[in-house]
Amino acid sequence: MARTLKLRIWRGNDEDGALQDVTVEGNNGEVVLDIIHRVQATQLGDLAVRWNCKAGKCGSCSMEINGKPRLACMTQISAYGDDEVITITPLRAFPVIKDLVTDVSFNYKKALEVRAYEHPVDLKPGEARMQQVDVERSQEFRKCIECFLCQDTCHVIRDHEENKKSFAGPRFFIRIAELDMHPLDTLRNRKQSAQTEHGLGMCNITKCCTEVCPEHIRITDNAIIPMKERVVDVKYDPLRWLGSVIRKRDGIL
Amino acid sequence: MAIDTPGTGVFSQGRAKLSARTLRTDKWWLTPFVTFLVLFSFIVYATFRAFENGKYFAQPLISPFYSPCLSTDCVKDSPSFVGTIFGTYHIFGMTVSPSLFILIFPLAFRLTCYYYRKAYYRSFWMSPPACAVAEPHAKYTGETRAPLILQNGHRYAFYAGLVLNVFLSIDAIGAFRNEKGQWGHMSIGTLVLLANATFLWLYSLSCHTCRHTIGGRLRNFSKHPVRYKLWTWVSILNHKHQNFAWISLFGVALADLYVRQVSGHSIRNLYFF
Repeated sequence: MARTLKLRIWRGNDEDGALQDVTVEGNNGEVVLDIIHRVQATQLGDLAVRWNCKAGKCGSCSMEINGKPRLACMTQISAYGDDEVITITPLRAFPVIKDLVTDVSFNYKKALEVRAYEHPVDLKPGEARMQQVDVERSQEFRKCIECFLCQDTCHVIRDHEENKKSFAGPRFFIRIAELDMHPLDTLRNRKQSAQTEHGLGMCNITKCCTEVCPEHIRITDNAIIPMKERVVDVKYDPLRWLGSVIRKRDGIL
Repeated sequence: MAIDTPGTGVFSQGRAKLSARTLRTDKWWLTPFVTFLVLFSFIVYATFRAFENGKYFAQPLISPFYSPCLSTDCVKDSPSFVGTIFGTYHIFGMTVSPSLFILIFPLAFRLTCYYYRKAYYRSFWMSPPACAVAEPHAKYTGETRAPLILQNGHRYAFYAGLVLNVFLSIDAIGAFRNEKGQWGHMSIGTLVLLANATFLWLYSLSCHTCRHTIGGRLRNFSKHPVRYKLWTWVSILNHKHQNFAWISLFGVALADLYVRQVSGHSIRNLYFF
């Protein structure tokens, strides 16, 4: 069913910008990205928007729609009322490049800081064997499409630019958790570095990352909190630490 | 204040120039507001009851706020009477309520609970009040410094909570008696204490620390099949941890209120048999 949509689209660059009113035709069944493309084709030819798959799998079209971090390709316009004005802005945690496109290179720098998987030295390629039960926890984290909506909504960096130096963000906490839960990863001190280098202790588990994740990864419950508990094992629990020393268990390190 | 301050947070240089701290159009303030009201009401009620030092026992029912009794000031007929560990304390001539020796443990458990942390960080401290709503603080260090670094002691509060659950379960079993202390009877009070103990167990067993302790800390589930099975069960409960947190909070307050009303003869504890 055709309907007239009232939009407010943010336009500008890293120095200045403002919301621009746009009226455009739309049909229920279409998504916000369809509407943006129509605006681009008919009214604002130079409107910048990043997109790729239009199927919720590439993580490119992350933006904020009525203030909520969302994928434009997965947001149905039928979710908004006929009289509702739909406000579309770029991600507000990152610097703007142009219009709806932000510079998310912060995340790639943080990705480089996470130390990679280390294979056991006594296992040659092809010799590694893992049980399904040992890897299924980590498989949930592999669903991440790197849309960075969790990074955008995390108030630790969204509301405190100065924390970007010391805080990796939820996307990289699930990466660290994935590696720390990996049955064959031999890198020691991953837990300590999660706390000291990647800022896990800055997270106050308010679960916004989980709320916005388009892949429905239970970031807080299944990655961040388990990592916090693992950090407690090696850093804040004297009895656990004593037990590991007495029994000479490297497993918890 | 960070909000509306140019150059900080969402108003930082280089980010989309917008004057509003949030563009959300839904009622994002409702959940933190209701959470604040409910938690604040509970705090007021629990504080009043902790200092009331009375109306907590009506054979065979004892209020969860006063169980187990750790003071000689307690009523000695209660099922979980522990007795003389702390004797009776007086400050400025006033008797210290035995409840104060008890409530610090569930208070510590709930205060450090991963779910309640979310609830009160959002509703009391507004850090943040809701997702994608700018928080009103200029600086933020999370749980890296005192006092919030103490949140890492949640597991010890969890262990203490388990011990209290045992006592409350004993109280619930003890409630299968009549007013003369004879076994084989059941009243509304029995159901109230039974439900309270059940919900507290569900809240404790669904805890994230429980999930970690039971098996979450393992790397190789395949080498620990029993712990893996237990972990899967606790994980199922863990999905509902938020629900159990609220239900058990209401449960403990209502159980206390019921015992108070029975003890004060405002209502009668009706017996089924």
